Formats: sequence, C-alpha cells, structure tokens
Amino acid sequence: MDELAEFKAEVREWLEVNCPPSMRTPMPEAEACWGGRNAKYKKPDSKLWMDRMASRGWTTPTWPKEYGGGGLTKKQNKILQRELGRINARPALQSFGIWMLGPALLQYGNETQKQQHLPKIVRGEIRWCQGYSEPGAGSDLAGLQTKATLTGDHYLVNGSKIWTSYANYADWIFCLVRTDPEASKHDGISFLLIDMDDPGVSTKPIQLISGVSPFCETFLEDVSVPKENLVGGLNKGWTVAKTLLQHERDMIGGIGGQGIKRKVEDYAKDYLGEVVGKLADPVLRDKLAQYNMDARAFKSQGSRFQAELKTGSAPGAISSAFKYYGSELNKRKYEILLECMGSQALGWEGEGFSNRELSTTREWLRSKANSIEGGTSEVQLNIIAKRILGLPD
Amino acid sequence: MAMILNDEQNLLQQSAQDFSEKVATIENFRKLRDAKERYHDQALWKQVAELGWTGIIVPEGWGGSEFGYLGLGLVLQQLGRHLTPSPLFSTGFLAAEILMQAGSDAQKDQYLPKIVDGSSLFAFAHEEQIRHSIHQVTCRGEKVAAGYRLSGEKVFVVDGELADYFIISARTSGANGAEAGISLFVVDASQAGISKVQLTTVDSRNVANVTLDNVEVSSDCLLAEVDHAFPILQNVFDKAAILMAAEMLGAAEDVFERTIDYLKEREQFGVTIGSFQALKHRAADMFVELDIAKSVVREALSALDEGSDEVPQLASLAKTRLNDCLTLITNEGVQMHGGMGMTDEFDIGLYMKRSRVANQLFGDSNYHRDRFASLGGY
Repeated sequence: MDELAEFKAEVREWLEVNCPPSMRTPMPEAEACWGGRNAKYKKPDSKLWMDRMASRGWTTPTWPKEYGGGGLTKKQNKILQRELGRINARPALQSFGIWMLGPALLQYGNETQKQQHLPKIVRGEIRWCQGYSEPGAGSDLAGLQTKATLTGDHYLVNGSKIWTSYANYADWIFCLVRTDPEASKHDGISFLLIDMDDPGVSTKPIQLISGVSPFCETFLEDVSVPKENLVGGLNKGWTVAKTLLQHERDMIGGIGGQGIKRKVEDYAKDYLGEVVGKLADPVLRDKLAQYNMDARAFKSQGSRFQAELKTGSAPGAISSAFKYYGSELNKRKYEILLECMGSQALGWEGEGFSNRELSTTREWLRSKANSIEGGTSEVQLNIIAKRILGLPD
Repeated sequence: MAMILNDEQNLLQQSAQDFSEKVATIENFRKLRDAKERYHDQALWKQVAELGWTGIIVPEGWGGSEFGYLGLGLVLQQLGRHLTPSPLFSTGFLAAEILMQAGSDAQKDQYLPKIVDGSSLFAFAHEEQIRHSIHQVTCRGEKVAAGYRLSGEKVFVVDGELADYFIISARTSGANGAEAGISLFVVDASQAGISKVQLTTVDSRNVANVTLDNVEVSSDCLLAEVDHAFPILQNVFDKAAILMAAEMLGAAEDVFERTIDYLKEREQFGVTIGSFQALKHRAADMFVELDIAKSVVREALSALDEGSDEVPQLASLAKTRLNDCLTLITNEGVQMHGGMGMTDEFDIGLYMKRSRVANQLFGDSNYHRDRFASLGGY
C-alpha cells in the first residue's frame, strides 16, 4: 500500500470513530459552527466535532503543524475532503480566520503573531471579522479614513467600519487603518489586529432589503492597540489587503455555480407547466436555456483556471473575471426564478406563500449584493482593463 | 479533461501558427477574393496535406496520424485567426469523419487515402433550407435496379464548387422531418445529373447550391445501412459544431487583440481612446466572454477525444458561445475602430463577414439553445 492509500485508510477509520452521527446530516445555516469566545452550540456534538477535528489540525488541513494546522499536502487534503464528503460530514468549523486572516498571517505575519493567533483560529477559540470598508470608502477602498496614531507603544484608533460581517459575534477584527495621512492614499495604510473587548469598540447590525443580515457597522473610538499588532510592516497594509481581497473574490465568484441546489428548470416546470415535454412559455424557456448554458460555460472556465493554476500560467487578476461573471450570473438566476414564480415570488412573510417561495424571494434580494460586495462589477472591469489588458489610466 | 496542452499538441499548434502567419496570410486570402474565381489556392492545399493535417483524425492504417479532435481544433483555430480559406474542414473533417463512421472497409480503402494525401476534395451536401436542420431531408433516394436514383436540391454546400466527390443525404423512406429513412451516399461529382451554381457570399469562400436531377448511383455508393443515417448525422454535426467553434475562437482572438491594440494607439481629444472608461468596460467584458469561450472550446474538443457522454450538450454550448462571442467581438471591433473599421482596407470587416457565415453553419444560437433545453428535458 502506498503512502496516500495508507493515509486514506487511516482517515476513514478515524472519521468513522470520531465524527458523531448527528454531524453527518445536512446542516441548517443556524447550526453552522463559527467558534469564538461566546459561541453557542445548538447541538453539543458540534463542539465535540470541532474539538476533535482541531486536535488533528484538520479544521485547517494544510496549515503548518507548528501553528496547530494539519500539515497535510494538497494531495492528502484532497483525500481528507473526499472522505469528509463521503460521509456527508458537516464543516467542523468555518470562519474568516480560516478563510482570510490565517492565509494573510502565514504570508505576512511575524513569528510572534503567527504563534499568538493561528492556533486559536485552528481551535475555534477566537472568531474574527474583517474591517475594510467605511461609510466613505466603498469602491474607493484605499480612500479609507480610520486613523491609527502612534502614541508611545500603542496606536490610538478612531473611525468606523461598515459591512463588517458578524462583527456582533466576533472577538477580534482585522482592520485597514490610515497610519500616514501625508502619504499617497495606497502608501499610508496599515493592517492592524484589534481585540474587540477593548474599550471603545462597539457594533450595530444592519438590516438589508432582504431583511436580517450578518452585516454590521463597527465603531472605533479612542481604541488603544499595542503596536505589535501591526501586520506586514508600517504603511504596507495595502499589499496585505490586496492578497485578502483576491481570496474574497474567489469565494464570491464561486457562488455563480452554487446557491440553490434545485435546478431552475424544475421551478420553471412547477410554475409554468409543460406542453409536450417543453416548458409552456417558449420565451422563458429560451432565457433559461441561455442561463444554463452560461452557468455550464462558467464551470468550464473554472476547470481551466484550476488546471492553469497548477502550471502557474493563470494571471492573478483573472479572479476579477470570475468575480464579475459569477456574481452577474447568480443575479440573473434569481431574476429568472422570479419571472417563473410570478406573484408567488412577491411574498415577504406569512400565509399564502410556501417557505421555499419566501426564502427564494429573500435570496433574490440578497443576490443584488453579489456584484457590490468584494468589489463592484464596475471595479472588477476596471481591474481587468488595467492589469490584464494594459489599457492606460 | 485536458485543459492544458501536452508537448505534441503545443508543437502542432505552433506549426499551424507558423503556417498561417507566413503562408496562409490574410493578404493571400485577399488575392483569392479579388480574383473572384474559385476561392481556392491549390498550392496552399498541397502544403496542408503535406503537413499531415488532412489525416489528423484518420487512423494510421489509411495514412493518417489519428492525432485527435483537439489537434484538429488547434489547427482550425490558427487558420481561423488568419481567415485561411481551405477545404480542410469539408475534406479533412466532414468527409473523413462520415467515411470513418459510415463507410465499409472497401469504401474506406477507396476514399480515405485520397483524403489524407489531398488528391481529392469532398463536399457534404445536406442542408436544404435556409437554416440548419438534421431531419429536414426531402431529397429523394429511390431504389432502382442497379442502386439508387437521387433527386432534389441541396443548398449552401460548402466547397461544393471544388468537390471531386459529394457526400449526399437523401430520404430513402419516411416523411420529411422523420428521423428514420435518411441515407447517405458518396457520389462522384462528375456523375450525370449533378449541376452546381456557385454562390458569391460575403465571406468570399466556396459555397454552391447543388441540384440532383435523377442521378443514378450504384449500391456501392450507399454509406452505412439504408434508412439509418440519422444517428451518424447527429454525431457528425455535434463534432462539426465543436470544430467550427474552434475556428471561430481563432477569429475572435485575433479581432480582440487587434481591437485592444487599436485602443492603445488611437488618439482623440489628446489622449489614447483606451483610457476612456466607456471603452474599457466593454473591452473587459469582451475579455471575459473570450476567456470563457476558450475554456468551452477546449473542454468540448477534449470531450470528443475522450468520447464523453456530454458531447451533445457541449456541442450546443460551444457553438452558441462562439456564435455569440464572435458576433459581439466583431461588432465591437468595428465600432471601436470607428470609421477605419468600416473600410475594406482594414481587415476587421473581413472577420465580421466570416463570422456571420460561420454562425449559420451547423446551427445558429437559436437552434442550439432550443436543443440544449431539449437535451436538459425542459
């Protein structure tokens, strides 16, 4: 038996013993495990499952072992993910620490910072949120104004952040702050880690057109932050931010192929009916075919991108193309669903509408943010024009 | 799925690129166009055969290299970049493919070597209407003592004027529109009763309408089993759609690159026009469309080599994608070139003309969206 086969057998056996049966069922959004100081577990098994996976470092399988990660190779990780999929295991832990901050710290953090923060992310002890956008700095992110002034061995931070997802549940926030107001806007930004228990930090949830949302505003008033919490060097925050944004774009672009699992044509059949095996409305049928073809083509682009990543021939800015197309595609899907469902798509809550109808309506409204969050479609097109096509400013 | 080319495929692509850049250039195509005779360059064709491209999909037993569809697609993509007119599609793909699928050993022995060495040209006479259809076949094939008697009209036959042989679809039974009852014949073009009218089309390529007036052919001319050609036609047209998409991809890449270059050099209002956001966003949008088109064509070509079950879907996907992408890019290309884009001196208009012909061949986007929906069961 070769090493990978041995690894597979070992993983399978371990999962069999350690993954509780209740964690092998579909996971409702509300039961997702995000960890953190104040985490509440609807099911005790969620905590057990997280702790067990964390003890192997498998909540972050490819991170180095010295920081609590699994130390797995890509191939081993693929096996682990396949085995987890095989038993329909729930994600043991999901967090912005795993998806965003961790990779940034591994790349830009110093040894002390890695030792301090990474193991706690792996074990789900600290829940992180992201402080990038500000009320006055959205698409023009580099125009951000939250100020951090060095006074002795601390930074004094003042300003406010917006669209900080789950800030009301988070323990720490990684922030972009202005450390040099005199420098050109990209060159005066630093990347700072702030404990949200510190005096002066407060949050307020934001209600969206789709109703309750994870988004918050986060206010920073005279918050004192040790200067050791600066990551990637003074005034070098934009470099760190760009790396992170690319991760975020890949995540959001990915939703083009995901979202609701049921095929759009199955909704269409329910609401429009069929005539001799074809959707009764030929115009909507055509639109739907176009959508399905575009979605399939997008998947094809994803496979090519994955293959090119391995050979290193994919340009970095291609993430913008995915983010742009994927988010526009997802919005289009919900518009088509709305057309299919007619007035049944127009309920807000209560009687007269099924749960699925109500949630589809909310998802339709939520989908409008896809082409705004993580950089608007227009910003993505600017990036493509500049970095890939080399068009002049 | 082979999304990345291997060394052999890269070599083939490189030789096709060299050939179309140095020999089969647009200047060469302009000369043929302006001469207005048969839009065919025999010397060029000889080189195509010598390079082995006529035998890319033909097994070694008949002199081919059996290199595969991805290989042929790479060649067509390069020829598409330079608008190279050549009978390679009709002879090296359509005829070779049909004969390989439907020919008896004797028929393969008789015709495949002639395809591979380039000594005979073939044309596939199938369409009868102004839009692509597989089952609309009214051309009759009546059984007579010595074989079959063919009568009917075939339209828009690519390379029809040049052909030494025709492959003809005819109805041997059943009503027009039925899947059963269609048969295929391979017929010498000099056979009595065959007449051709050469068409002059916007893309200046060889296209003819062909009339069959009681053409008597022997039973040896029948390909495959009588009445049962439909599944073969379906598969051939799927492959044709994918390979035509490969040619169109080459054209789209070239027009896109020309247009981006022009945006960087043309100055108005004291700046290069590529600095205007109104054009940048449209250029970026074209980039995304083209990048997706590349992926789809590559995946579809690989699916042919792998014999994937998804070939029908990918064929409709690839053809629709490239129809729409090339239409977009040629339209935008002309618009972004401004007045110069309207002149015959600039090549961009030549690509636009070719694109619309390519759209029609083997199904336009309306046809393929309808089919994609049907394949999806809705």
